Amino acid sequence: MMFAPAPFLLKDTSVSQVMIQVCVALIPSILAYAWLVGPAILAQLVIATLAALLAEALMLKVRGKPLDLFLSDGSAIVTAWLIALTFPPLAPWWLVALGTAFAIVVAKHLYGGLGQNPFNPAMVAFAVCIVSFPALMSQWPSVGLELSLLDQIKVILGFGSPVDALSGATPLDALKTGLKMGEGTVTVSSLLANQEIYGRVAGRGWEWVAAGYLLGGLWLWHRKVITWHVPAAFVASLSLISGALWLYDPAQFANPLFHLLSGGAMLGAFFIATDPVSGCTTPRGKLIFGAGAGLLAYIIRVFGGYPDGVAFAVLLMNLCAPVIDLLTQPPIFGMKDKS
Amino acid sequence: MLMNLFKFKGGVKPPTNKTQSVGLPIAVAPIPSRLVVPLHQSIGGTPRPVVQVGDKVLKGQLIGEADGWISAAVHAPTSGTVIAVDMQVQPHPSGLDAMSVVIEPDGQDQWIDRQPFDYTNAAPEAVREYLQQSGVVGLGGAVFPTHGKLTPSKTVPMEELVINGAECEPFITCDDLLMRERAEEVVRGVGIFRDLLKPKKVLIGIEDNKPEAAEAMRAAVQAIGEDFEVVPVPTLYPAGGAKQLIRVLTGKEVPAAKRSTDLGVQCFNVATAYTAWRAIAHGEPVVSRLVTVTGNVHTPRNYEVLIGTPMDELLDLAQPNPDTDGIIMGGPMMGFLVPERSVPVVKATNCLIAHNERLFPPKAPEMPCIRCGSCARACPHELQPFEMYWFSRAKNFGKTQEYHIFDCIECGCCSFVCPSRIPLVQYFRFAKSEIWAREREKNAADGAKTRFEFKQFREEREKAEKAEKLAKAAAAQAAKKAAEAAAAAASENTGENAAPAGEPAAPASVAVDAEKAAKMATIQAAMERAKAQRAAAQPKNTETLSAAQQKDIDDIEARRQAALSSVPPAESGEKTE
Repeated sequence: MMFAPAPFLLKDTSVSQVMIQVCVALIPSILAYAWLVGPAILAQLVIATLAALLAEALMLKVRGKPLDLFLSDGSAIVTAWLIALTFPPLAPWWLVALGTAFAIVVAKHLYGGLGQNPFNPAMVAFAVCIVSFPALMSQWPSVGLELSLLDQIKVILGFGSPVDALSGATPLDALKTGLKMGEGTVTVSSLLANQEIYGRVAGRGWEWVAAGYLLGGLWLWHRKVITWHVPAAFVASLSLISGALWLYDPAQFANPLFHLLSGGAMLGAFFIATDPVSGCTTPRGKLIFGAGAGLLAYIIRVFGGYPDGVAFAVLLMNLCAPVIDLLTQPPIFGMKDKS
Repeated sequence: MLMNLFKFKGGVKPPTNKTQSVGLPIAVAPIPSRLVVPLHQSIGGTPRPVVQVGDKVLKGQLIGEADGWISAAVHAPTSGTVIAVDMQVQPHPSGLDAMSVVIEPDGQDQWIDRQPFDYTNAAPEAVREYLQQSGVVGLGGAVFPTHGKLTPSKTVPMEELVINGAECEPFITCDDLLMRERAEEVVRGVGIFRDLLKPKKVLIGIEDNKPEAAEAMRAAVQAIGEDFEVVPVPTLYPAGGAKQLIRVLTGKEVPAAKRSTDLGVQCFNVATAYTAWRAIAHGEPVVSRLVTVTGNVHTPRNYEVLIGTPMDELLDLAQPNPDTDGIIMGGPMMGFLVPERSVPVVKATNCLIAHNERLFPPKAPEMPCIRCGSCARACPHELQPFEMYWFSRAKNFGKTQEYHIFDCIECGCCSFVCPSRIPLVQYFRFAKSEIWAREREKNAADGAKTRFEFKQFREEREKAEKAEKLAKAAAAQAAKKAAEAAAAAASENTGENAAPAGEPAAPASVAVDAEKAAKMATIQAAMERAKAQRAAAQPKNTETLSAAQQKDIDDIEARRQAALSSVPPAESGEKTE
């Protein structure tokens, strides 16, 4: 007689279905990215995906895990796509490949593989690369750069013109540098008036990429892949701190909308801080996690030395997640109003 | 009759698969060739067999006597001959054996003399005992003896009596058909419970996917003139769990550690109410029940089945398809595959599902937990299943208890939604049984430890007593000796004053304090013995000596002796000691 414990009926769901939905949710922003910033992102996505699958296969083989089962779970592809979307689109191919390999080998498999990593692998890759290759990680295509896809691929593969000639800072970084350079003489509003760089709200093109993350994130929420807690808390805390400082001195601090739509804020709020493996799991814990990440992201991006703070904010909150979970266990059925 | 309903958190919506088996009315299953009636069919004590092999029994005759208060009697399901009272395989996932009465039916199906019980003129205790004697137990699946739930709390007034007609498990429709066809008797049974518990109101909860049953119950309530409320509740598994239904209808949450009566509420299944009424009004103990036979069969249907009917004989009535590879007892969420097809139908058997791989595809391989939290959102008891899973896996059972593993009702919602296909409930059952086993072991070890410690204590006490006795005897002996010695010394004292042997003793006082002298004498004797022993003990490294070495040693010894004799005796004594 066979042994099969109840329940005999299971919902039609799987890890790969969850991961595929995350990838689908990234598509609007990828389209906006390719259309408004440059098609190079497509090449980077391919490079990162290949690197991730290769590293994943290697580590699964080394660890003696079934290849087909785990390669098809889609988790490595999600990591790869997040890395491709956070790295500069014209970064050399090896930088993206190296970052991805580091994420999969060190941040994921050395900690025990799927479900065991205490830190978000994509953010580990970003942090490691920005510390190790600060120049390469800060060179973003300069505004209005017109390059064909072929030329962009040439740049990525190292055959094209030197990157320096083509690159600038991100709008977020440009604003920070601009404020520092013209100390006392420039204001946020005078800088933001340059629509060439900043577009309508928070960076030409980039604001639409951010809107794509928002759209995809809301879809994930609708699909119940993520809950509302982390994104809501992230957006709320980022808005509150940026709003408070903007009200205090609008000449020195950008408005909340600029912060929400620039850099990795939307990606972080909906796709990175919501990573269940490295984040919090209890409802209250998720609120604390999201709020902490939003606050830290603002502090690091405005007062710190890095162009954006989302990666470090999320990693710092990853560190706190186990303790937050421990302290925010919800009361169970029948034990709510009594001690 | 609009009522404010409450919600419980979590829950899932598996495909209900109920329509297949409601098309045909209840059929009476024929008497099988052989009935195997397990004695232990309810929670609590195992009833004692009161029949022997060869006995002729009538339908409804007592064959197993309730053992203790939480236990319920067992009766012969039909008339016939007892052919065995022995261990038989049980409808239990482990395939364990248990004491059963095997009856060969005579085909007459002849009842005992059935007498209605006038419960309105009986004391509540008598009614409860009558229900116990009639074998009335919870037929929703938990088979808790019903009479044990019919005592209201002494301190908390009974507010609501909840009657469970929710039947939330997929495939099962026996309560649905019972309410459709026998609503009046169900309602009258509820009336008995109401009379015993005296609640302020009676709420009959029925999932809203059974409008026919709700309508029939409403009509019956009206016809009898009761004021029970028939309340359709949203279809959401496990709304038919007692605690979930209580929550939905009353807003009260009964924790694992409490009895529902402590919160002024009690819950019974509709089929339990029906059997209670049959017992009271017709004098019929519980010898049959309704069973849904469905799944991979040609004609799914509900049958009234004698307890003890072999499951394969029952399943054959519904014509199972040839690819049937097992029988699930209960529903697909909480049921189990029976170890053998011939195991008997028992009071807990509400449904048989013919299993095949088309209906229940084999599960995908288990993946690691990604902490997505789907299980926690699905858990109707608001537990954190993935945390309990980590700790169960790590065998950190203390932690599983901190995360309230014993509040888990094993409804299967967490396993149902898990994208990693982890059999979570299985882990929790494992952890629970390990904790119980360790508890038993610990109790046994504690008992052994107590026994050992007492034995040790006793032995030490005996030793001490013996030593005391010996010491007393020795002291008496020594006193006697010392007295003799003193007497001798006293006689000697008159002649020689400076006797070297009598130096430590003060002869004059000996006669006065004989005991002290005796003590001194023994001490002196012991010292002498020790001295002699020391002298007798040879240095250990001098066994193989050459003649020259031996001579040197002898010389040294001689010098030492000479030196020793020159120093004062007191000092030498100190040194040698």
